[in-house]
Amino acid sequence: MTPPAAVTPHATVDVRRQQCPYPLLMIKKALDGLREGEVLEAQTDHLPTVRETTPRFCRDMGYALRVIEEPGLWRLIITKGSEAPKPVSVTLDGVTKRYRSSGGMVTALDDITLEILEGEFVCIVGPSGCGKSTLLNLIAGLEFPDAGSVKIKGHPVTGAGADRVVIFQDGALFPWLTVRQNVEFGLKINGVEPQVRRDLAMDYLKMVHLTRFADSLVHELSGGMRQRVAIARGLAMDPDILLMDEPFASLDAQTRDLLHVELQEIWAATSKTILFITHNVREAVCLGSRIAVMTYRPGRIKETFSITHHRPRHLEDPGLIDASAMILKALRSEVDKAMKAELGDA
Amino acid sequence: MRENALRLGFFAALLLCWELIVRTGIWPDYLFPGPVQVFDALRHEVEDLTLFYAIATSLRRFVLGFSVALVIGIGLGLFIGSIRAARETVGVLLVGLQSLPNIAWLPMGLLWFGLNDGAILFVIVMGVVNSVAMATADGIRNVPPLYRRAARTMGAHGVALYLNVVLPAALPSIMTGIKLGWTFGWHALIAGEMLFVSLGLGHLLVMGRELSDMAQVMAVMLVIVAIGLIMERLVFSPLERRVRRRWGLERA
Repeated sequence: MTPPAAVTPHATVDVRRQQCPYPLLMIKKALDGLREGEVLEAQTDHLPTVRETTPRFCRDMGYALRVIEEPGLWRLIITKGSEAPKPVSVTLDGVTKRYRSSGGMVTALDDITLEILEGEFVCIVGPSGCGKSTLLNLIAGLEFPDAGSVKIKGHPVTGAGADRVVIFQDGALFPWLTVRQNVEFGLKINGVEPQVRRDLAMDYLKMVHLTRFADSLVHELSGGMRQRVAIARGLAMDPDILLMDEPFASLDAQTRDLLHVELQEIWAATSKTILFITHNVREAVCLGSRIAVMTYRPGRIKETFSITHHRPRHLEDPGLIDASAMILKALRSEVDKAMKAELGDA
Repeated sequence: MRENALRLGFFAALLLCWELIVRTGIWPDYLFPGPVQVFDALRHEVEDLTLFYAIATSLRRFVLGFSVALVIGIGLGLFIGSIRAARETVGVLLVGLQSLPNIAWLPMGLLWFGLNDGAILFVIVMGVVNSVAMATADGIRNVPPLYRRAARTMGAHGVALYLNVVLPAALPSIMTGIKLGWTFGWHALIAGEMLFVSLGLGHLLVMGRELSDMAQVMAVMLVIVAIGLIMERLVFSPLERRVRRRWGLERA
């Protein structure tokens, strides 16, 4: 069942708890002995080590990380890179959000700490009701935390802003506008000249393969086409961050697969930071460079997984199948909790 | 095409029944004139131009009153629909006022404005404002929150948000209110014109009564119905349908 590592490691280091009081230090030492492009395999049985590795080595040093889980063991495959460390785009620090509901106060998010780097494609998976949409709304500036802070490039979020665009599950296109006018909407609001915004809109419609439908009305389009328009409308604003709230959840499987490929192409072409909310693990594995699994009530980040598999990804790939099995395992107990709560015997 | 034939057949049959009933002589013809007499009266009115003058007078009043009412109604609806406290207060007042027949505003109008157009305009405005304001407020309250959120994340707020998102999103509902408001306004206009020498269609109706000219009364009633049908069929229904189609609420 062990997935083959992409390359044989140039060095291995065993940082299991019995032999190693300072695992990160040991990994760093081992990495120092390698040249750029060489690969280190670190073995650990300690989850915090896995969690710490990503910010330490990926963010601060710009190394690529891949995590392979085995029973009682994680193998961290770290490729030493020469890339400059990526700056942080989104910082969530101890974010807590509570709601008043009929059954009393519900803690939707509890002490969430998460960093998203520029150009990263982060997927958040969790059972429905775990607060993942709330998390997205906090970053979008549509809601505000009860405790903790949300920062974009180090500046606290004080409201919605055009540097962050949300793409909603049903697209939220305006039915009274044509496809092109929808894509132009944000530009119009921000005072872009008619001719300029028209050209921009057509460019982005081309990117999502919808130029032929520029003058169609929204309700004349299929669900998949609407989501493409929504993506084009978001991209037209040229935001730093795309916040996608289960954008493909209501589409059929074929359309979804197609859009997965398109979204990866768009991400590669535009290098936007993307936060993608989904309850579909396969979708997350197919898209994300990092995947965070959330717990159900209170919503916490249970575990994060780095997926460095090359793109475009195909779900039949054994490496991806293993990764999704790993994530599903982490998710399963949370889904059970959510189901029990929904059925009322929790 | 088939509907038109059906319609034509129906109205022809109606005329025929009317004529047959008159021919039986159950009622004297000064109380129940036949279609021929009524159309004679109508021709007479057309020939001496009183009918055109009356229609023009009534329509001018209506257009003026209706326009003013639309502006006030949509403004009021925006206010009620956007502010929760306004809905609980002004909104409740409007619901209460709905039980008041439009014509009940006339005495107030007469005392305030005197026996002139002002009083009739007042009645039209009071009749139309209510339904337009309620429909607008409803429409605004029912704007999917998702639209506002989407617009806000694209940088729309304040007046721009209202002009570009909230009002367009509420337009189908506003159109329904306008369509309803027009009938209320039309009723209010005719009723108001009946109460004094106003030279409109309503006045022509009363003149028929005063001259005991049943044919004229029926002729004017037919004209009022005809104008109503024309407005409904050629203006308000197509307008509403166009909006609903564009918004995807109705299949084209």
